[in-house]
Amino acid sequence: MGDHVTEIVIFTVLFLLVSGMGFVAARWRAPNDMAHLDEWGLGGRSFGGWITWFLVGGDLYTAYTFVAVPALLFGAGAAGFFAVPYTIIIYPLVFLILVRLWSVSHRHGFVTPADFVRSRFQSPTLALLIAITGIVATMPYIALQLVGIEAVLKTMGVTGDSTIARHLPIIIAFAILAAYTYQSGLRAPALIAFVKDTLIYIVILVAIIYLPYKLGGWGTIFDAADAKFDASPNPNDGILLNAGNQWQYITLALGSALALFLYPHSLTGVLASRNRDVIKRNMSALPAYSLLLGLIALLGFMAIAAGVKPLPGAKEGSVDSNTVVPLLFDQQFPSWFTGIAFAAIGIGALVPAAIMSIAAANLFTRNIYKEYLKRDATPAQEANVSKITSLVVKVGAVACIVFLDPQFSIDLQLIGGVIILQTLPAVALGIYTRWFHRGGLIAGWVAGMGLGTWMLYEIPNAATGRAHFGGSAFPLEKFAFIDSKTTVYVGLVAVAVNLLVAALVTLALRAGKVPDGGDDTQPDDYFADEGDPRVSVPTQPAGNTDPDLDPAPSPKV
Amino acid sequence: MSDPEVPADGAPAVARAKDKSPWNWLLFVPILVPLITPLFNHDSPRLFGFPTFYWLQLLFIVLGVSTTTVVYQMTKKRR
Repeated sequence: MGDHVTEIVIFTVLFLLVSGMGFVAARWRAPNDMAHLDEWGLGGRSFGGWITWFLVGGDLYTAYTFVAVPALLFGAGAAGFFAVPYTIIIYPLVFLILVRLWSVSHRHGFVTPADFVRSRFQSPTLALLIAITGIVATMPYIALQLVGIEAVLKTMGVTGDSTIARHLPIIIAFAILAAYTYQSGLRAPALIAFVKDTLIYIVILVAIIYLPYKLGGWGTIFDAADAKFDASPNPNDGILLNAGNQWQYITLALGSALALFLYPHSLTGVLASRNRDVIKRNMSALPAYSLLLGLIALLGFMAIAAGVKPLPGAKEGSVDSNTVVPLLFDQQFPSWFTGIAFAAIGIGALVPAAIMSIAAANLFTRNIYKEYLKRDATPAQEANVSKITSLVVKVGAVACIVFLDPQFSIDLQLIGGVIILQTLPAVALGIYTRWFHRGGLIAGWVAGMGLGTWMLYEIPNAATGRAHFGGSAFPLEKFAFIDSKTTVYVGLVAVAVNLLVAALVTLALRAGKVPDGGDDTQPDDYFADEGDPRVSVPTQPAGNTDPDLDPAPSPKV
Repeated sequence: MSDPEVPADGAPAVARAKDKSPWNWLLFVPILVPLITPLFNHDSPRLFGFPTFYWLQLLFIVLGVSTTTVVYQMTKKRR
């Protein structure tokens, strides 16, 4: 690792700096009483426009995105650019749906999407399914953040012979992360996000001006990519889409956007904001990150033009395409700037990993611990359980990477996107309508999960020689009744079937007069705003005597 | 826009009137346009060396920003 000393020193210094910030964050905008889930898990529900912009931006655009999206363009070309339409259409969707979810959560003290479903459909079972889906989908996502850091460490030559030696830097990094998340809660990633995003913006601005200049201009870069894809035997690559992958592009962009805001960690960022205006204004400001992501994606083509050869992967003969961007930086930039760029990616992994572990911990606390283990838990006990769960979640994520093939986490992440989409009828449509029967939603969830998992299992990957879980592009010809070369995104097909089943079962249950749950929310809950006079009053309608449904009062209004 | 002072059947009617605005429909434009691949799946014309596929999709970001800004401004006044 001799020739990487400058990079390693700068990386380590910046990493330690933000770790210090993580611990100090507990005292930033400090509450009177940190022992409350609203404080530890949602930063007091008090973040204004700027903090929300950095926090949600740092949350949605993860280190893995920054490493994997250019790797996709490097490998497949235009198909990888789906990340741009994906991150454009998510904001109007959030505008339409999450603003209402913020309001109803504000009034009822909801912390997780499953909290909302619990009250909206009066169904602890459905809420449990939503909570488990959220936890299962989030875990591999956290593990993937480690893949982002690992790609950087690998490029810097920080590797060892034994399993433990190779992973020691990551174990240390995550131990530090776990410690300050435990202490500071959501305030830690919120504060670190400022540093992370500033570094990323600087690195990318420099990269998109300096690299094209060095490589002979944008035209040359695109032509180099075009020449590479023309020469490859794969029919589905190229700098434009073709008949075979256009539908995959469309369905993947739409499906990913729908999935992204159903992930519990997106909601955590949104619920932490102070009022509806903060969220709405951010929907106009957050697309700055989409522009950043679009430009980062093009680093994949720059790597082609610069002749980057990815480092070997974990298995013999495979390549780790996630190393193309770190390698491009290493090859093109002076080593001090490469150090900054690597630190940006490494720190970039910490922010989402912290928020995701908080979101998963909140789901466990609110919808499993409080629902099934200790119904009379106090807010202080809730906060404590969440803190400990967040540690467990991170240990699990590290174990996934250290003891299992990282490919396993990537597969799980692929499945995660598909299964989190199956909460769409209950959570996203539930925001607008109470029409579905709770039994119908459960049936739809089962159908969507089953079909989605089967479809993923059936997808082979010719490039890696795997027979199953080879990607998310499902060839329609696998359905016996369709004859077409077209591929589509599994998640969108599965959620369509989910919706169909939910609707049919709803009609059947209504016809059979099977009792449905009630609804603890009222129509005007969906536009309540900061300063709402009814926020701190338990708002359960008459007839509901279950003390467990009483929302935790919001301390700061 | 209906007058929120004259609810038909109590508070819920006010609620719906307050939250609903025809401007919200505008949000479907930036949801749908980036999904119409025939619009942008071309190499030429190139802009600064970028094929249409890339520069036009990056331009859709501006479309998204303007739409959410307009809807935010127009629905804010109606409070």
